[in-house]
Amino acid sequence: MFVGVAFLLYGLDLSLSGEEGFARVNELLDSFLAKLIIWGILSALLYHLVAGIKHLLMDMGIGEELKSGRLAAKLTIVISVILIVLAGVWVWQ
Amino acid sequence: MAVNSVTNLGRSGVYDWMVQRVSAYLLALYTIFLLGFMLTTDLDYEAWAGLFSQTWFRIFSLGTLIALGGHAWVGLWTVSTDYIKATLPRFLFQGVCGTVMFVYVVWGIQILWGL
Repeated sequence: MFVGVAFLLYGLDLSLSGEEGFARVNELLDSFLAKLIIWGILSALLYHLVAGIKHLLMDMGIGEELKSGRLAAKLTIVISVILIVLAGVWVWQ
Repeated sequence: MAVNSVTNLGRSGVYDWMVQRVSAYLLALYTIFLLGFMLTTDLDYEAWAGLFSQTWFRIFSLGTLIALGGHAWVGLWTVSTDYIKATLPRFLFQGVCGTVMFVYVVWGIQILWGL
């Protein structure tokens, strides 16, 4: 993700540079490699976000016992997979 | 308290723990907001540039970038101290991360305020 930020900043820089820059980013996003990179960054971000929210909940004492902790872990995986698939649809269609 | 680590971000582990949590809330808020905006707007140049031209959003973005700096430093420092036991490689790794993070913040400022 830390490396991914470089791609995102480049895209932001280009997209804000002007009409042509914005169009250029759209063109770039049509290529297979760019879609793969974006989807990869989005997937890592979505999983990190979901797991992060779980950790913030654990700081409030939610899901810190064995049973609740295991459930929280499974939920994190399930929710992340769903979001990543949705992100895939968004990026690839 | 004896000084036994100088590469962590703050005075103490608890301080770093707090920085990571506080920055996490801001990062989550920004991520959800931006993804929501991109999903609910038919993105054209006017809408996109319009959002980033508003001062409140530039402050929000820069605050988030700096929060990312703290969040990433604590996170990557934790990873590096877990896995890179040899001092020199670990120190180089942390130095590279710090430099890259600094570049990100300066680059972000340049993008947002176009020097």
